[in-house]
Amino acid sequence: MSQNLTKLKYDVVIVGAGGAGLRAAVEAREAGLRVAIICKSLFGKAHTVMAEGGAAASMGNANSNDNWMVHFRDTMRGGKFLNHYRMAELHAKESPDRIWELEMWGALFDRTKEGKISQRNFGGHEYPRLAHVGDRTGLELIRTMQQKIVALQQKDGRETGDMEANLKVYAEFTVTDILKENGKVAGVYGYWRENGDEILFEAPAVVIATGGVGKAFKITSNSWEGTGDGHALALKAGANLKDMEFLQFHPTGMVWPPSVRGILVTESVRGEGGVLTNNLGERFMFKYIPDVFKDKYATTEEEADRWYTDQDNNRRPPELLPRDEVARAINSEVKAGRGTEHGGVFLDVSKRLSAEVIKKRLPSMWHQFYELAGVDITKEPMEVGPTCHYVMGGVDVEPDTAAAIGVPGLFAAGEVAGGMHGSNRLGGNSLSDLLVFGRRAGAAAADYAKANGANPVSDATIAKAADRIEAPFKNEGGENAYSLHAELQEVTHNLVGIIRTGDEIKEAIAKIADIRARSQKVSVAGNRQFNPGFHLAFDLDNMLLVAESTAKSAILREESRGGHTRDDFPGMSNTWRQVNHISSFNGSEVTVTPRALPAIPKELFDLFDIHELEKYMTPEEIAKGGSN
Amino acid sequence: MSGVFSPTRAKIKERTLRTDKWWLEPAITFGVLFSFVIYATFRAFEGANYFVEPLISPFYSPCLSEACVEGSKLFGWAPVSAQVLGFALSPALIILIFPLGFRMTCYYYRKAYYRAFWLSPPACAVAEPHTKYTGETRAPLILQNAHRWFFYAGLVFNVFLTYDAVLAFKNNDGQWGHMSVGTLVLVASSSLLWFYSLSCHTCRHTVGGRLKHFSKHPVRYKLWSVVSVLNTKHQQFAWFSLAAVAFADIYVRQVATGAWTNFYFF
Amino acid sequence: MTRKLNLRIWRGDSTDGGLKDVVVDVNEGEVVLDVIHRVQATQMGDLAVRWNCKAGKCGSCSMEINGKPRLACMTQVASFDEDETITITPLRAFPIIKDLVTDVSFNYKKAMEIPAYEHPTDLAPGAARMEQVDVERSQEFRKCIECFLCQNTCHVIRDHEENKKSFAGPRFFIRIAELDMHPLDRIKNRKRTAQEEHGLGMCNITKCCTEVCPEHIKITDNAIIPMKERVVDIKYDPARMFSGLLRREKRD
Repeated sequence: MSQNLTKLKYDVVIVGAGGAGLRAAVEAREAGLRVAIICKSLFGKAHTVMAEGGAAASMGNANSNDNWMVHFRDTMRGGKFLNHYRMAELHAKESPDRIWELEMWGALFDRTKEGKISQRNFGGHEYPRLAHVGDRTGLELIRTMQQKIVALQQKDGRETGDMEANLKVYAEFTVTDILKENGKVAGVYGYWRENGDEILFEAPAVVIATGGVGKAFKITSNSWEGTGDGHALALKAGANLKDMEFLQFHPTGMVWPPSVRGILVTESVRGEGGVLTNNLGERFMFKYIPDVFKDKYATTEEEADRWYTDQDNNRRPPELLPRDEVARAINSEVKAGRGTEHGGVFLDVSKRLSAEVIKKRLPSMWHQFYELAGVDITKEPMEVGPTCHYVMGGVDVEPDTAAAIGVPGLFAAGEVAGGMHGSNRLGGNSLSDLLVFGRRAGAAAADYAKANGANPVSDATIAKAADRIEAPFKNEGGENAYSLHAELQEVTHNLVGIIRTGDEIKEAIAKIADIRARSQKVSVAGNRQFNPGFHLAFDLDNMLLVAESTAKSAILREESRGGHTRDDFPGMSNTWRQVNHISSFNGSEVTVTPRALPAIPKELFDLFDIHELEKYMTPEEIAKGGSN
Repeated sequence: MSGVFSPTRAKIKERTLRTDKWWLEPAITFGVLFSFVIYATFRAFEGANYFVEPLISPFYSPCLSEACVEGSKLFGWAPVSAQVLGFALSPALIILIFPLGFRMTCYYYRKAYYRAFWLSPPACAVAEPHTKYTGETRAPLILQNAHRWFFYAGLVFNVFLTYDAVLAFKNNDGQWGHMSVGTLVLVASSSLLWFYSLSCHTCRHTVGGRLKHFSKHPVRYKLWSVVSVLNTKHQQFAWFSLAAVAFADIYVRQVATGAWTNFYFF
Repeated sequence: MTRKLNLRIWRGDSTDGGLKDVVVDVNEGEVVLDVIHRVQATQMGDLAVRWNCKAGKCGSCSMEINGKPRLACMTQVASFDEDETITITPLRAFPIIKDLVTDVSFNYKKAMEIPAYEHPTDLAPGAARMEQVDVERSQEFRKCIECFLCQNTCHVIRDHEENKKSFAGPRFFIRIAELDMHPLDRIKNRKRTAQEEHGLGMCNITKCCTEVCPEHIKITDNAIIPMKERVVDIKYDPARMFSGLLRREKRD
């Protein structure tokens, strides 16, 4: 234990300062509680800033036919009906309010001619639905909430004389443990990245909003922060992860130059008219429209082109299929030798839009390609390929409260929570997910903290947490965290990546176990002061748990669905749809068990055309007609 | 020790680690502006060779002194006596404050001379030599806020100088419909002055920038949009107009002294 | 296409430090941040550097490269001569923590001093109507990724530590401008407080903030100068002075 351990007391501690964490913090503070926000990097740098396309919400500004029911249907379809129906329902119903709320906090979305919030088309969404600001919507969202936090602090300042009295941001802080006493959450433990000093946050309610796991993979759009911290913290605290086999490979990441490989090319490029072609110049997506989507997508180039100007009388171009379909299609084209020189395909927006319009609608894309790749997208095509982007799986939560099942006082929202997106997330649903469930988590955490009061942390618990932090410095002659990380990324990329087979997954499980054993003895050079090698030692442990959960879930699921594609089981199976995979951790290894997916209640069941449901559900389920 | 050498900052002894020729731009600015000031001072005090039918030097227009030579006065009007407080005052000095003030308070020139003359800072990320800095918060620099006053005055001057350029379509017998090299010189300098004034930040603000809702003022929004485009070239207009005015003066002086002949096209 | 690159990296902390020479491999198409990561992974495991997105969107990897404030992830190694030694130092306007990491908390303090946006109280959620032309100016400023390069390069605080208490800096002048130009913000005295509390008058518009902005926000021309002009409107405008219209703006 460090010499002078700082102990802080809060009502609610939020781990993660991305969209979900900040939204939870706002809600908990507005409920009158003292709230701490912990972020791993500087305040306002969370991965949410990378979200480009927009936030899906059925406000109906662009097409008045849109409503929550349509959005709900799209979400379920996108997730191949593996979504938790209740989360998809809450999300579809509440998203518009969450967007309007941002506007009331100062967000400036792009506008329609009538002065309403403009909405754009996106893959998998039936109507233009994404509230957006150019292609930097995530930045707008996080900045708005960051400024809302400041507004709340200023209010506290006027009332108490101290702006940080009741709501404080702890930036560049790593959480290493969620502490429990008597089976309930009691706080979190961790250290300042700046100097390694340890802090104990005592709080009865903890919200984890730590985002994704992309850094466990080699090619990813995620920043260094996406190391699955919350997934691992929750597992270790006794919560379960759900459906960790489902990872979204975004179809369009940059492929060249190597240093930017994986960085995202927003789906808006396709929404605005970008066309995918292979090295033969063929617009290949028409070959890859799956049966379940046959009647929703254009089958000829002429119709697809007409859709951009007349959306009521034409079907949408297949470039706008859900992400998993497009990613697989690109993967197949490249494997068949029809890829570009650098192993991608071409995405071209220059033929349809003028240079001026491209720079106006896709400014940061233009920038990104011009400055990082030397490509002028107003004149030439981009080279793109799949990149690990988002984990659909996550902490198993109660839909209404975002409470982690099995751990009283623990809540999870955003990418770290599972269930909302089923087997595949639609673009644009992430930002609205953050807002809807961030708010719900904040509110439920506040209610819980009010009802339960403080849960003091014992010295023994503190000592255990402190020992863990000291451990890497005590290991001498152990391996370097950087090389183990690189090794793990090779394993996940090659063996549990976008296309999987049983044998490869088995190999991955063995290799991950091996790396995990070696990682226990990682040693760190230097001291605790802003030492990235030291930080990576903890991140590595988290990524290994995530990778293990993913591999062990993937080996069980003998079908291909959304973000899980098995070469040895290429079809989608309606019986497998009824199963969630629950990962739990016993302190030494992850165990995955199947659990039945809750049945959709009748009123939601009836929102769908029965013929559509037949594609996903077994005859018995159809006959039952919903759970009620 | 202050600034980049403050005790809390990273200990780096160099004032800058820039490896490019960061000093070139302020050096050129210094050279050109300094030369202009020397020449303009000489010409302002010279009090001669500023008018030759039909051309008047922009340094001396409008010529408002009784001392102004025949034909150079604005509508023959001379409200200022030739002697002020016992000194013979060059007609240029009476009006100098207006164009000088406009340029001195111009947002572009401020950048240029704060960097080149005052080294505050000499270039970006190059430590400045001053120990104290209060910016434009107190006298005399708070007077920079008078830019708008000079902008309005500058517009009036542009009208006079444009009138001078129109007069230059006469021949030296006072007959209209002629054009000489001098005509082109005055037309160019007065036009560039218009571009310089209209591209000015104050102009951009007053035509529309101050509005909160462009949508409620479509005409002013249009004006603002046009001025905004010009404004991106304000620096260029500042230099071109300065050069054009200086050249117009040199031209008039050379013609007035007989060194050059003002060639007539027709 | 791997070659050797000579680097000089500043290493140290608040007590002492200096430039250390390093030779590292560099591949075609790499940016300075890639090279720093390679140094970290192979030679200096504890080299401190901040970074997040590696795509110029988060504004974390701000540092000074050959003396110029830049984002390391947006600086191509190929933009330097092959035999050139690249010097990498931390931001020089903020207190040093370690190596390339500085304490940028100054900026977060200043952020808390700018009064937040206030929405009209009579507008229900979703009832707000704003025209695109009315939000565009503020949208430019909301592109800010808070890399604080403008704050770092601004000589008002870079060269004068004592000004930090009275000067908000370019990043927050664009925040003030954004709010003052926001079609619905209710706070009316932003011009006056910009001048009297946040140090707008300290700026001598030497434009270094604009020069270093990785988002190419026209900080000086579109935010600071328009705010200075708005201050002139309420404090120094001849027309208003003469007609006695110079009145204190009140918060409604």
